[in-house]
Amino acid sequence: MAGYSSFFVFLSKRSKNEPIHLTGMSTKSIVSITDYSKEQILHILDSAANFEANPNRTILSGKVAATLFFEPSTRTRLSFETAVNRLGGRVIGFSDASTSSFVKGETLNDTIRMVSNYADIIIMRHFLEGAARYASEVSSVPVINAGDGSNQHPSQTMLDLYSIRKTQGKLTNLKIAMVGDLKYGRTVHSLLMAMSHFAPEFYFIAPDELKMPDEYKLICREDGIPYTEITEFSTDIINEVDILYMTRVQKERFTDAMEYEKVKNVYTLRKDMLEGSRENLRILHPLPRVNEIDQDVDTSPKAYYFEQARNGLYARQAMICNALGMI
Amino acid sequence: MTTNEKELQVKALQNGTVIDHIPSDKLFKVVSLLQLEQVSNQITIGNNLNSKLLGRKGIIKIADRYYAEEEISRIALIAPFAKINVIRDYEVIEKMQLSLPENFTGIVKCPNPRCITNNEPMKTRFEVMNNDPIILKCQYCEREIQQEDIQLL
Repeated sequence: MAGYSSFFVFLSKRSKNEPIHLTGMSTKSIVSITDYSKEQILHILDSAANFEANPNRTILSGKVAATLFFEPSTRTRLSFETAVNRLGGRVIGFSDASTSSFVKGETLNDTIRMVSNYADIIIMRHFLEGAARYASEVSSVPVINAGDGSNQHPSQTMLDLYSIRKTQGKLTNLKIAMVGDLKYGRTVHSLLMAMSHFAPEFYFIAPDELKMPDEYKLICREDGIPYTEITEFSTDIINEVDILYMTRVQKERFTDAMEYEKVKNVYTLRKDMLEGSRENLRILHPLPRVNEIDQDVDTSPKAYYFEQARNGLYARQAMICNALGMI
Repeated sequence: MTTNEKELQVKALQNGTVIDHIPSDKLFKVVSLLQLEQVSNQITIGNNLNSKLLGRKGIIKIADRYYAEEEISRIALIAPFAKINVIRDYEVIEKMQLSLPENFTGIVKCPNPRCITNNEPMKTRFEVMNNDPIILKCQYCEREIQQEDIQLL
């Protein structure tokens, strides 16, 4: 009954202008952004906008969220924990596997079963791919994937979508350039999957070693989404697009160190490259940024990556409440 | 070998299972997959037999042994066009062509060392994405495996 009483607290605290979102009261684990339909994505984004308007509520009063971080990720953990705290919930958990029973050889199955006795929701980051799907199968409470190896990180995608819609006023018919590591970057893959609902046009800008994998290009072709692949990062493309999604080109992804040296500065955005860009252009980056965006870009009104990170709070508040069946 | 002789060989089995139309280069993999070396039933194995379909083929006859679909579906991973004849009282009472199931649970190993299935005592689960060539997708780490990379547990 705790869930229902919290829900009615939520209803009673609504302002008159807020829509009621009822998509069913059942709880739901979120492992991948593809676990959401287009309608559910839009619903979460609407809810996130409500949380942005009023991020401090008590709708999670009496709820306990477990943040199990088998791999350190300060930014993601703090964002999730802030999301719970600002909604009146409490947080238990660990920020590093070395402080958990993992070091004693406990299986993930046992850890999840144990924690799901205590918490109403589990938010988990794990270094192994597929760990979140498995956790969602053995847990008796909903699990939100806060990143499983190089596989999925759905809350990052949700905050990217939120940032795009907030800055562009819409999600449909946008021109989006993805720049940098398009081969291993899970954020660009998930963003591509999520945006495929909204008739985008993509520009994939990457060195040959880090090109967008064929399976994602196939998805674009099947969905009739136009895309252009380019190795050169030029103002011609920057001037065309609504969103410039920058990612980090990581040295460890290259088998040939010489190749890395050749391309490491080719995919760097400088402020002067924005001179002919559209008014509505916004630059996104999942962070941490290293040298792919010059510091001087930060002062541009088109730089949006720090606000983007803040949007993560609202997107995660909406995802947590949705997973708990409360919105 | 004439067709008659071959039919005679198949029908000579009183009760059991005949696995026919195995590509010759896959015959011993099928033997191994079914762990026939551990079976005490009478087993006849023929290889490099003439086949209109395959050119050369292998055949396995196992007396007094019937297979559940789950066991047989393993064969489809390496010999998807093999045919199974179920024999009772010298008659072929059922001819079934193998077809890949939609999912494989606990049979195939995920080649990704960073997949949870290789680090936790649990069953693997794969979805069949394509039949020919076979492409499987791990339901945990979401990696796709091509036919030539399929490893059985």
